[in-house]
Amino acid sequence: MSLAHRIIPCLDTDGERVVKGVNFVALRDAGDPVALARRYNAEGADELVVLDIAATRDRRPTFLETIRNVAAELAIPLTAGGGIRTLDDARAVVRAGADKVTVNTAAVLRPELISELSEEFGSQAVVLAIDAKRDGECWRVMTTGGRVSTDLEAVSWARKGAGLGAGEILLTSMDRDGTQSGFDVALTAAISKQVMVPVIASGGARWPQHFAEIFCEGAADAALAASIFHDDIQSIRSLKEFLASHNIQVRLPC
Amino acid sequence: MKISLLDYGAGNLPSVERALQRLGAQTERISTSAGVAKASALILPGVGHYGALVRALDRDGLRESLITAIGRGVPFLGICLGLQALFQKSDEAPDLQGLQILPGSVRFLSDAVKLPHMGWDQVQAKGASRLLEGIDSGAYFYFAHSYAVPYGREEPALETRAICSYGGEFVAVAEKETIFAVQFHPEKSGGAGQRVLGNFLRIAT
Repeated sequence: MSLAHRIIPCLDTDGERVVKGVNFVALRDAGDPVALARRYNAEGADELVVLDIAATRDRRPTFLETIRNVAAELAIPLTAGGGIRTLDDARAVVRAGADKVTVNTAAVLRPELISELSEEFGSQAVVLAIDAKRDGECWRVMTTGGRVSTDLEAVSWARKGAGLGAGEILLTSMDRDGTQSGFDVALTAAISKQVMVPVIASGGARWPQHFAEIFCEGAADAALAASIFHDDIQSIRSLKEFLASHNIQVRLPC
Repeated sequence: MKISLLDYGAGNLPSVERALQRLGAQTERISTSAGVAKASALILPGVGHYGALVRALDRDGLRESLITAIGRGVPFLGICLGLQALFQKSDEAPDLQGLQILPGSVRFLSDAVKLPHMGWDQVQAKGASRLLEGIDSGAYFYFAHSYAVPYGREEPALETRAICSYGGEFVAVAEKETIFAVQFHPEKSGGAGQRVLGNFLRIAT
């Protein structure tokens, strides 16, 4: 009896449609978020993440509508984010039906935002998203969709974020994202072993073995992927069966 | 018959509402003691801080009406914080009192594990449960909490119908007559969660 390792499909949207890209650029349309949400809910996804990667002010109402429509399809937790800058932004997303909100750039610029969100919604609802890129011996925190480098080192930023009230870390390897060459085991393990909150590994998934590796060697609590699920390269059900057969604790849907 | 959901601003109320409606139930949101007094079945959803819930119960004068309704045998389901509220008090807000309907107190889970206890975990049956009817022991449910009622150390053993283990064993499902409570989120727990809500609907209607 123990906590299951979670498999989390991620819908990157432009507010309205699911899009995908390699290394955060070269976007193309990948489908209807509501249809995908319905499918993943039925296939045994443990959670769903919906991000607004455009995150422009004028598209915000459209994104909230997307959250509402996606939430209506789900009997599993929903995390939403992208462009959350203030407590009011987060309230709107929660009111639309998200169970958790992710913050990224705005938290780097003003770390107190994490505490404000945690006080209002509880730490279980606050996910600190970190985009990290290898920089010599350590990992650099990137913001603004991976375009802007910061002074922050990823392991210490994760530790600080958890201390401020983040209940989870969504850790994306910028080096692996979109490459399908496997999760970043070294990065994930470094952070997972240093923080006392769950860590979701993201970026680089292709084969079931990549998931086994990130859970066993990377000490990830959950693993997130997008295109391999959207493009039917990998079904969630068969992925979980593979993991279960390798003695990795997962929830097999009935 | 309507299921009355106590609305004090809890984040998970809309998802509980949606899950019940998917099961064909009629729901209403209530927020006053008059609403509680008229309810024929009550659900107290909850997520977040124990103090926020207990203060809301006191601010709106809901405490007495809830205790009276539950005492009259109105079917009641407490979810997550809604379970915790039934007990005496909580480490999360030590100066405040719970509804004190069930014996035992809510404690901090443990420093030895990652917190919050967040994700899908297995519950283990402890005796016959009406709420868990048709669900195998070992089924997974979605949890998101850092506090819980410890199992085995204190009194609530009699009311415990299932436990979960994370940094120690704690009460996952409690039942007493028409009082039902779950530490997990049935509204977020896929098929197994829907069955729990369906069982409550059958008991309540």
